[in-house]
Amino acid sequence: MTQLLQAPTPATPSKPWKAKPKNLLPEIFGALFTAVSTFVIVGFTPLKGKLGFSVVLILMAIITTSLISGIKRDRKAAWNSTTTVLVYVAAAFVLIPLISLLYEIIRKGIGGFSFGIFTRDMSLSASDSPLSEGGLLHAVIGTFYTVILATIISTPIGILTSLYIVEVKGKFAGLVRFFVQAMSGIPSIVAGLFIYAVWMINLGNSYNALAGAGALAILMIPTVARTSEEVLKLIPTDLREAGLALGATQWRTVAMIVIPAARSGLVTSIILGIARVAGETAPLLLTIGGADATNLNPFSGNNSALPYYVWKNYGLGNETSIQRAWLGVFVLMIVVFIFFSLARYFGRTKDKKAK
Amino acid sequence: MVDQNDSENQSMNREEDMKDLRARTSAQTGTSQSGSVAPSSLASVAAGRAGKASPAVTPGSGLEARSVHAWFGSKHVLEDISMDFHRGTVTALIGPSGCGKSTFIRILNRMHEFIPTAALAGEVLLDGSDVYKPGVDVTKIRLQIGMVFQKPNPFPSMTIKENVLSGLKLAQIKISNSEELLETCLVRAGLWDEVKDRLNEYGGALSGGQQQRLCIARSLAVNPQVLLMDEPCSALDPGSTLRIEATIAELAKSMSIVIVTHNMQQAARVSDYTGFFLSDGGPGRLIEVGTTSDIFSNPKQKRTEDYVSGRFG
Repeated sequence: MTQLLQAPTPATPSKPWKAKPKNLLPEIFGALFTAVSTFVIVGFTPLKGKLGFSVVLILMAIITTSLISGIKRDRKAAWNSTTTVLVYVAAAFVLIPLISLLYEIIRKGIGGFSFGIFTRDMSLSASDSPLSEGGLLHAVIGTFYTVILATIISTPIGILTSLYIVEVKGKFAGLVRFFVQAMSGIPSIVAGLFIYAVWMINLGNSYNALAGAGALAILMIPTVARTSEEVLKLIPTDLREAGLALGATQWRTVAMIVIPAARSGLVTSIILGIARVAGETAPLLLTIGGADATNLNPFSGNNSALPYYVWKNYGLGNETSIQRAWLGVFVLMIVVFIFFSLARYFGRTKDKKAK
Repeated sequence: MVDQNDSENQSMNREEDMKDLRARTSAQTGTSQSGSVAPSSLASVAAGRAGKASPAVTPGSGLEARSVHAWFGSKHVLEDISMDFHRGTVTALIGPSGCGKSTFIRILNRMHEFIPTAALAGEVLLDGSDVYKPGVDVTKIRLQIGMVFQKPNPFPSMTIKENVLSGLKLAQIKISNSEELLETCLVRAGLWDEVKDRLNEYGGALSGGQQQRLCIARSLAVNPQVLLMDEPCSALDPGSTLRIEATIAELAKSMSIVIVTHNMQQAARVSDYTGFFLSDGGPGRLIEVGTTSDIFSNPKQKRTEDYVSGRFG
């Protein structure tokens, strides 16, 4: 109590665990040594080219950082540095192709990009006419139709399947789970063939966006179901019991407590499902029929889609059509981004204070 | 120094809180208990408590367990438990971990059956009729026998207000004066003053003790006859524990409360009756049940005496 009467000792906030500039010297030296030794080795040995350079760089980085930590501290620290470098290298290996892919798509796709491409289709333009003519309105509309219809079909089926596995825990939960897993390994062309054989040949339907959506839904259901299953498993049993202990039926508990609690995770599962199917080409080749004119009716008549548009124009093989293919890839990327943003927007938690 | 001062401040606040709380507690129980007297032993705590409460016991009403046995798979976990819980009383269940106390109270409101391997024998009578009788609507049973869990578990997707009223929505009960009920429940749970200005915040924003009182308020909204509490204070600090005990004392006027606790001080402080459970490797048995003052000051069984005096467990 007496201490309360004394004035508190003044203190300034600091970060004592951060390295001082002086302590950074070995790191800077190590980085320099790595760079110099890499150039020397590449210069004086037969290891040449980009691949040789990166292999030597990684090896030298591992050796120098491990040596420096080993000298500064001990073997444990050296091993820690080795694994740290390996983790960074792995992350770089993931990022490099992704960034170079994005860069290529933007570089090659942005050339023909103008607002006009969203207002025109290819019904009045030939594939080798200049890029200022024609557009991909028909493909954008087709992609929206197929992906949105596929989402409408597969979201309830996928989430209800996961509810059966996690919440109902029915007699066949294990079997259903096994089949869902097996289904996620279906090659996409098989999904297209299935719809083609059953929906079109046997039941006599013709090419349209709905058939394409059916093929995409077959691919999307297992992704949605499996991800939702994982999300639902994370909801504590406590919450379910609390709901049941208040006199709720199982359905009320699931609908009012479990699903709201898992909401953002369930939205993520739908996003992953969309990501799985938005760029699929093979199932659409067999089901939507392809078109150069805009078709606003998803339930009848041939339709197009962005991946189909890319495939077709690439196949035509002339200079402008290949440019159109790149443009299609670029627009597909934007469309997928819009889908993601929409899903995130609708799935966000209502209040940041909620945890 | 800064830290020390800070903690000093906190403990000052805590002390003030406690004083305030003691005042409230004594106001609620209607006694002039002075905060400075520290009871010397559990027996005297229990005796003091028994002096205050003289429960009106009406046989044939309330909740009764009749030779209840329980199994998980082939493992016999509870053997021949018979106990009565009367309206207006608090019953504490004590005993070492793994002796089946929690299993027993989960049997009382039919939460036991959610474990796939669970099995049961015996009867649980609510106002004279067996809750396990075929054709009984289990959701109606759970409306009358509420439960508060060990870990505070407010519904994360709901605000404080929605949490309290969630029982009505879950059980699809329609009422006209929900604002009034909201206030009544929160007042009875001793949380109203702390949350009345932030009813639309999420339950997760509250402290652990407040969350637990929110869970109590939530169970009160459906107006149960019996409230089961499974170690409700085991994750809470002493201040919150004291508040919840005050809440229990207040609630016990109108309902029966069954509380599982590992804290024998708590059992002695809050309960009118105490049941002592013990398992000697085999199934858990009810070794002794009686008024709390008898169990703590004058137990009939040697094992009860050993346990309540801290010689084992």
